[in-house]
Amino acid sequence: MTSLPPPSARKLGLVIDLDTCVGCHACVISCKGWNTENYGAPLSDMDAYGASPEGTFLNRVHTFEVARDTAPPMVVHFPKSCLHCDNAPCVTVCPTGASYKRAEDGIVLVNESACIGCGLCAWACPYGAREMDSAAKVMKKCTLCVDRIYNDNLPEEDRTPACVRTCPAGARHFGDLGDPDSDVSQLVAARGGFDLMPEQGTAPVNKYLPPRGRDTLEIPDLASLCAPAPQAAAPSAQPTGLLGWLDRALERL
Amino acid sequence: MASQPVPDLSPQVSDEVRKTTCYMCACRCGINVHMKAGKVAYIEGNRDHPVNKGVLCAKGSAGIMQHLSPARLRAPLKRVGPRGSGQFEEISWEEALQTATEWLAPLRATAPEKLAFFTGRDQSQSFTGWWAQAFGTPNWAAHGGFCSVNMAAAGIYTMRGAFWEFGQPDWDRTKLFLLFGVAEDHDSNPIKMGLGKLKARGARVIGVNPIRSGYNAIADDWVGITPGTDGLFILSLAHELLRAGKIDLGYLIRYTNAPYLVNAQEGPEKGLFLRGEDGKPLVRDRRTGQAVAWDSPDIAPDLANGVEIGGVTHLPVFRHLADRYLAPEYAPDAVAARCGIPAARIRAIAAEIARVAFEEEITINQPWTDFRGQKHDSMIGRPVAMHAMRGVSAHSNGFQTARALHMLQILIGSVETPGGFRFKPPYPKPPEAHPRPHAGHKPGQPLDGPHLGYPLGPEHLLIQNDNTPKRIDKAFSWEAPLSAHGLMHMVISNAHAGDPYPVDTLFLYMANMAWNSSMNTSAVMEMLTDQNPDGSYKIPRIIYSDAYSSEMVAFADLILPDTTYLERHDCISLLDRPICEAEALADSIRWPVVAPDRDGRPFQTVLLDLGARLGLPGMVREDGSAKFKDYADYITNHERRPGVGPLAGFRGEDGTGKGRGAPNPGQIEAYIQNGGFWLDHIPQEAQFFKPWNAAYQDWAVARGLYDSPQPYVFNLYGEPLRKFQLAAEGHGHRQPPDHLRERLIQTMNPLPIWYPTFTDAETDTAEYPLHALTQRPMAHYHSWGSQNAWLRQLHGHTPLYVSGEIWAQHGFSEGDWATLTSPHGQITLPVVRMDALNPHTVWTWNAIAKRRGAWALGEEAPEATRSSLLNHLIHELLPPKGDGLRWANSDPITGQAAWYDLRVQIEKAPAGQSVSYPAHPAQASPLPKAPRDLAHQVKG
Amino acid sequence: MHPAPSLILFTVLSGLGFGLLVWLGFGLRAPTGLGAIILFGLGYGLAGAGLIAAAFHLGHPERALLAFTQWRSSWLSREAVLALAALAMMAPHAASSAFWATPLPVFGWLGAVLALATILATAMIYAQIRAVPRWHHWSTLPVFLLAALAGGAALAAQTTLALWLMAALAVAMVVHWVAGDRQFAAAGSTAGTATGLGGLGRVRLLEPPHSGRNYLLREMVHEVGRKHAQKLRLIALGAGAALPALVLALSGGYLAVARALLAHLGGMLAQRWLFFAEAEHVVGLYYGKR
Repeated sequence: MTSLPPPSARKLGLVIDLDTCVGCHACVISCKGWNTENYGAPLSDMDAYGASPEGTFLNRVHTFEVARDTAPPMVVHFPKSCLHCDNAPCVTVCPTGASYKRAEDGIVLVNESACIGCGLCAWACPYGAREMDSAAKVMKKCTLCVDRIYNDNLPEEDRTPACVRTCPAGARHFGDLGDPDSDVSQLVAARGGFDLMPEQGTAPVNKYLPPRGRDTLEIPDLASLCAPAPQAAAPSAQPTGLLGWLDRALERL
Repeated sequence: MASQPVPDLSPQVSDEVRKTTCYMCACRCGINVHMKAGKVAYIEGNRDHPVNKGVLCAKGSAGIMQHLSPARLRAPLKRVGPRGSGQFEEISWEEALQTATEWLAPLRATAPEKLAFFTGRDQSQSFTGWWAQAFGTPNWAAHGGFCSVNMAAAGIYTMRGAFWEFGQPDWDRTKLFLLFGVAEDHDSNPIKMGLGKLKARGARVIGVNPIRSGYNAIADDWVGITPGTDGLFILSLAHELLRAGKIDLGYLIRYTNAPYLVNAQEGPEKGLFLRGEDGKPLVRDRRTGQAVAWDSPDIAPDLANGVEIGGVTHLPVFRHLADRYLAPEYAPDAVAARCGIPAARIRAIAAEIARVAFEEEITINQPWTDFRGQKHDSMIGRPVAMHAMRGVSAHSNGFQTARALHMLQILIGSVETPGGFRFKPPYPKPPEAHPRPHAGHKPGQPLDGPHLGYPLGPEHLLIQNDNTPKRIDKAFSWEAPLSAHGLMHMVISNAHAGDPYPVDTLFLYMANMAWNSSMNTSAVMEMLTDQNPDGSYKIPRIIYSDAYSSEMVAFADLILPDTTYLERHDCISLLDRPICEAEALADSIRWPVVAPDRDGRPFQTVLLDLGARLGLPGMVREDGSAKFKDYADYITNHERRPGVGPLAGFRGEDGTGKGRGAPNPGQIEAYIQNGGFWLDHIPQEAQFFKPWNAAYQDWAVARGLYDSPQPYVFNLYGEPLRKFQLAAEGHGHRQPPDHLRERLIQTMNPLPIWYPTFTDAETDTAEYPLHALTQRPMAHYHSWGSQNAWLRQLHGHTPLYVSGEIWAQHGFSEGDWATLTSPHGQITLPVVRMDALNPHTVWTWNAIAKRRGAWALGEEAPEATRSSLLNHLIHELLPPKGDGLRWANSDPITGQAAWYDLRVQIEKAPAGQSVSYPAHPAQASPLPKAPRDLAHQVKG
Repeated sequence: MHPAPSLILFTVLSGLGFGLLVWLGFGLRAPTGLGAIILFGLGYGLAGAGLIAAAFHLGHPERALLAFTQWRSSWLSREAVLALAALAMMAPHAASSAFWATPLPVFGWLGAVLALATILATAMIYAQIRAVPRWHHWSTLPVFLLAALAGGAALAAQTTLALWLMAALAVAMVVHWVAGDRQFAAAGSTAGTATGLGGLGRVRLLEPPHSGRNYLLREMVHEVGRKHAQKLRLIALGAGAALPALVLALSGGYLAVARALLAHLGGMLAQRWLFFAEAEHVVGLYYGKR
């Protein structure tokens, strides 16, 4: 069971646009809300109003700063949840079969009723995508909202992960990354989508789109945009300056 | 191999979805509240809603935790310990309302101005203002003066509408977007959605902000400007555009007062418009060289030349404008150092604005007719949009900076044109169409008119003959002539000082004045508890209403517990701050999706009850009985003008009235059936050029937005401002006090100017070399987020972010703390390094710090032990100048609190620092201890 | 990684127990009667205590039986299966030795092989984890194996064997540290690869996702001071291997064995604490902890 299934043709996953994410945490809380109410045990919060609140979250947004030699530093908001890897190390380490990758769509899930809470899968994941719930003592992870995307009780347009539905900036995209013609695959191809930590050999399904070039505004000659140039830097008392230009321009109106 | 588990892929999501309006911030998104077994189970965005179109931010999704917060007040409270201690006993509503009535009735009968009624993030201002007007006190306002009145007032006076709820960029067409200052705190989802649209199209976003966080992180180009110099940067952009002739002359002639002739004759009219006998401003017709009425048919108004009358040459506004901004002092090279932006970069940005505006012009093939009757075949737009909010607003030069920004938008012809900035109805609305402020009070009588408005000259100030302000906050006085939102931040300080007069009862709603909604927080807490020699309090009585156990609770004598937003009726009204879109008129409601599970009551319903007990006009029938059962009854049946009420939709007996119509008893139910809102699209031909578009004007009249068409031109030149300058120069009947003359002449310039902030001008910048800013994280709304179990985990403390330069200079390392000192106070916080920062700026998160004991948090919560407020460093007054006068730390025109003017010095805290400073002792909590752990799941 | 006492005890004790059982199974020492009861009891006891300690690490020990099902893919499951198989296989040999003074070498040998495999499976639980580069190296296996065999030999009072195994263990520990110190860099994971932003510049965490702590930080990010680690390495090396070897080399008898064992046990606890505490998980890159 915890052997990985043969690679599926259908690979459902997320594409996260680092050029667009403003770091608002909407996806984090929407995920928390949906998954507290659905799939398995609620996501608990320990010491919720005390000195060290610590809850289970399946999706978290980090913020990185990128220092550059010849341009100002960049700030990049970085949402991270389970990447539903093709070669998911978290699945094969599971001793009970609780952790599994679905053969039909590649979603990695935890069957909570079989989870002994050993935590090994979380160790095996390089991305920190799994968190043990302190109240339920079972491993929690992103389900890609498997209970939304196939849910007959939801209108068709809502059959998408909660984080994608809620993202105000539209920085999250959901689709079949196994289909090269899907919107998400096209987006990945067009924008140079990449894998996180490819050296870990996990073959993640989720992709990230890089921030576009920053601080690239070239420095054109303003005068070259202007024909005929008013050259009006002098006070307007001189009719050849602004006044001359204004006269000519107003005549043309 | 065993078979794969089969999870339930189609669980029942909920028993029922109830659609209402979010109140986790001021954005007012539509939400779907999923109910299970009669309880709130899950909240998501409403796809049909005009504001958020289905998306929802972190705050909105966390609403369930606000609704279940252990900080919810449970019953009315009467203070039993000393003020500030937090010792209360629970009392009945009858006792609470009886007490309030006994306090307020004598005030109304003898001196209604002795009630100061101020509301915070209240979304029922048209109602609370109406109540205060009926009571008869001039002392009412909401929190705008503390928030963004510079932005609002500059917008109204310049182009008759401002950013946020007054307008929005044309997100679908803009090709270049400039974002000035902190903007994450307002209009949260629409701006994020808009940025997402720009990003999807690959449009360029330029962020002008000392801090590269939030929206500025995704800006294609970041301009790390020095705080308080935005105006100078903007005027330098104007300099470049004028120099290169990259301005839309046709637009300026048709839609602005650029051609108006300015009277140059020395005397009381100097600087006002030259007017004809009918009072119409005059322009020079290029064809005849004559001065003619501005709206004469078939003229060619001149922008360059003036007319000579009696040996005096009267030049058009545009000449004054060009002369001023073409001056070398605005050249990029001259402003670069001060703004912290290389001159080449300023030129590059100006060039990009010019390129996009004039080479990427947009044409929509939609004929329209202007107010002069001239037909246009198409709508031509300049796809450069701009937005600003707090960052520009909260400075003592904020009003003129916002004016400068609007002037820049107007110069390139991008306001109300495709791709530019668009108004949301009921805006545009010229100041003339707004009321004037009123403060005429008499014992036992209602006020003589609405409290707030837009003065058009000194004659509209609310002052006595000796210049004493009529209002406790000194709004609309010579100190803050255009304080259109009042000056809530001055109320406690002035009431404590008895300046201009003492008050008896301070009545606050949803305003955390004892903490994050005041400058100089520690001193404000002392003012609230300060006693006279006889042991009575300097501010004799304080009534407070809030849903939650905020810091302010402990300082009140009587607490009226409000409900949460899911337990109440509300209207997001066109009379107030509506939710309209540029394409549509819209308003919405909240309704109780669940009943309160404790003894709280909706504040507005309580206010109506109190009003009826006090016999306030409009709230009682002739027999003295209450006219409205509750707030829902008021929303349905109150009429502000005949046929115009709080809600515009489903009016009239048959429910088909739009904007106008008789009250409809089924109106709220109709809103509920419609998803909690009402929407009415603006006709296609009325979508752009609204101020001048005949079709829009006619539609607005039909919808009850105005009673007659109100076309107007934009005020590049602000004549009302000039009137105040004239008074300060000695003209006219009303004369300012001498100590304010120079400042009025300097700051109330009819054309936008830049001057250094008062703090910058008066602080020894060698001693206080740094600027200190705060901003709100997108996942928090003021102090509300910290009681929320989910949100407080995101941002539970307030590190001080410092640049790498400061980090190295002071030898900071991870885990260190820093002490920040201003001329007024000191705070100590953990430091974090951030390089994407203006090198002279430090910052921290706003309103996360909590006082121990408040908000039902544990006393060792990081909000209390690793957090502080910059408010402790900011005084509501400028340092004394030795003249014995109290100079407000505010914008001199609008009175906007200048809390972004702050200057500080930094030093490393001694090793071993582990708790933030100041550490106020704990308040007693009037609530039971919060649960320790949560694992909340509603079973269906 | 968080040095959880349950895991330190589990690995040390069960290692010792299975190490002893290996030697008893191979018949290097063939006690009978009371001696067998004591020695086999010790072996079973230590192995069992280790397994019980491990159970304390579980969120749902009541479901532990499920852990025997995934031996095809999971080293943890294999370890459980092998441990049970080793103990079961060894049982006839142990019982027969104790009660009938008749060792059953076939069961002993098979049990010993299974016990060896159990020790290796324990090591593989850690060594397989690529996300912890320090562990993901062949040198993890000899440390676990030699620690178990050396301790087991000492317990079995095979002084000469124990002496040499202790010496070998010392070498294995040093190799594991030296190699381990290079492993993170060799794995090639950096903040740049973790975020994919490395090509743009130098990547540094500005803000963690939440201001408080979380499971990942508690479980997988443990910072240990360099000086502190050096000290513990010396203790682990000295007490865990060098000192026992020296004691065994210089003197004999049960007292020497007891002294050597005591030192070894203390040293191995230090070694195992370091094994966890020094192991950096690549997830730390997302938290600026590296």
